[in-house]
Amino acid sequence: MSVEQYMRKRFFPHIWCPGCGHGIVLNNMLRAVDELQLDQNEMVMVSGIGCSSRISGYVDFHSLHTLHGRALAFATGIKMSQPNLSVICPMGDGDALAIGGNHFIHACRRNMDLTAIVMNNRIYGMTGGQFSPLSGTGVAATTSPQTTIDREFDISSLSLASGATFVARTTAYHYREITNYIKEALQHPGFSVVEILSQCPTHFGRRNKLGDSPEMLKQYKQNTTKIGSEAKQENPELIERGIFRQEIAPEYCDEYDKLINRAQQS
Amino acid sequence: MTRKTEFIQGNEVCVNAALYAGVDFFAGYPITPSSEIAENMAKRLPQIGGKFLQMEDEISSLCSITGASLTGHKVMTATSGPGFSLMQEALGFAVMTEIPCVIADVQRGGPSTGLPTHGSQGDVYQARWGTHGDHNIIALTASNHQDLFTMTVEAFNMAETYRTPVILLMDEITGHTREPVTLPEEGEIPIIGRLRTSVPEGVDYHPYLPREDGRLPMSDFGGKHRYNVTGLYHDMWGFPTTDPQVIHGLIHHLTDKIENNAHEITRYREYYLDDAHTVLISYGCSARTALHVVNSRRRRGEKLGLLELQSIWPFPSELIRAKCAHASYILVVEMNMGQVVHEVKKAVHDPECVYLANRVDGEFITPTDVRNIMRLIHGRGV
Repeated sequence: MSVEQYMRKRFFPHIWCPGCGHGIVLNNMLRAVDELQLDQNEMVMVSGIGCSSRISGYVDFHSLHTLHGRALAFATGIKMSQPNLSVICPMGDGDALAIGGNHFIHACRRNMDLTAIVMNNRIYGMTGGQFSPLSGTGVAATTSPQTTIDREFDISSLSLASGATFVARTTAYHYREITNYIKEALQHPGFSVVEILSQCPTHFGRRNKLGDSPEMLKQYKQNTTKIGSEAKQENPELIERGIFRQEIAPEYCDEYDKLINRAQQS
Repeated sequence: MTRKTEFIQGNEVCVNAALYAGVDFFAGYPITPSSEIAENMAKRLPQIGGKFLQMEDEISSLCSITGASLTGHKVMTATSGPGFSLMQEALGFAVMTEIPCVIADVQRGGPSTGLPTHGSQGDVYQARWGTHGDHNIIALTASNHQDLFTMTVEAFNMAETYRTPVILLMDEITGHTREPVTLPEEGEIPIIGRLRTSVPEGVDYHPYLPREDGRLPMSDFGGKHRYNVTGLYHDMWGFPTTDPQVIHGLIHHLTDKIENNAHEITRYREYYLDDAHTVLISYGCSARTALHVVNSRRRRGEKLGLLELQSIWPFPSELIRAKCAHASYILVVEMNMGQVVHEVKKAVHDPECVYLANRVDGEFITPTDVRNIMRLIHGRGV
């Protein structure tokens, strides 16, 4: 089967710039859905606002394009009211962790069976290249003409500390990992976070002189390594890719079903 | 069969009525003076297999019930002024995407943290204009527990009928007052369920193409039709658009579906209006005081009447114009610095005869307050 069957071709071409990493994420996310043979009628995609969030319009699932930062809050209501649905929430880094930061940590804490995908391009693309809480220091952006002094979040550490039970990271270069981690995340019975570093040549790359899209993809190859690799020990600056946590813990909807049983018995 | 009478708080009445109307999903965040609604929902919903969520804030509360409504459930949240302010963004989303939901705002003194444990009616305009952009909204209110029961059920009915959020404008005084309420039997108050599409699977479903009567049959998320929902201007498939003609049609649809049905939505009670020289217009807790004044003055032969509004938005201008056609004085009794009074001035032929009788110090407005203001209007001093 091809991923095209999961796309709403009527609404293409997409709005993403040439060279954007988000198309790679879309393609490999749909491969994960295809490989798992999931029923489209039971798939819901909930997104917020930003470049990444437009992804929900292009997939032939039930799709909800919501408010900036609020995707997980809407998704929580959908999943809680209809637990048989598979709910995927693709979000941008600013979307998920600046305006949506509170919803993000509480969704991690609750451990409801949702799949959060953070498409991290370290910039607000749609609004014209302002720095985000993932930009880190020394980054040129339209709101940091002298480069940034703001320190960045580490999405994986934040997710782990907040209680997410599946946490993984990869990049747009490592596209097979995208499919594999999203497959694992979709099958994980709890809250999953998959961070995908995704290049924004238009706003991040150009202003920070990182080259064009292929050049930025090559940098993902060079500046990342597998969790626990020897390379990491030699060069602590490398960003780790892989699954940081995959643990079974009580899932919120299951626990609520038990609560209903107790309420009805007493 | 004898009907059950209970002596309970207004907030509990609201919960009983919501359950009567078929609510099975509630999400909220603790805030005085509305918390008893969440507390009672947390207890009652799981007993009937429903779901209660305590969210991280009021923003996510309204977002999550909106999501749950899309899967086919009747949903509600409850809050007070500061929380209602946080909900304004998601309220606009529910307006734009036409997702039925009920928001109870148990009003307290504002602005800001204000006076959490005392009554106010300061959110009348927040309910109407709190979210940005052109839109229309339905807001209902009640002055006593029996009417609160009915209005809560009506709120759910109207949310389904017009596919819109409905605001239940309660206040601390009705919310926390205990008085008897007779719980209606099943079937006594009609319940309106969700209008679902009859379009079969495999046939192109247009979630945002209104029928001739303006209504939009829904399809549940998880059902046979997969469609897009967005807060952007959208076409009949729910897809983002910048087509001026489509945008024009959408905005007119969102405003007209409520404005054109104002006569269907309007709810009120009237007392002694036929020969009233002075008409009091009031709503919510203040209408209790206004009714007391009217009753006592009538006993002394004074021609006072009361128009009690139970729906505030869409504003019942035509009703007010008709009921006040022969009034020499119109006195709007409300616990704010003047909100409904401005709408009444706009509605009547002679705005000069419209006066405000208010109280904003946290104390419940008394019949003496209203009588004193009436004496001042008539030039008789206090």
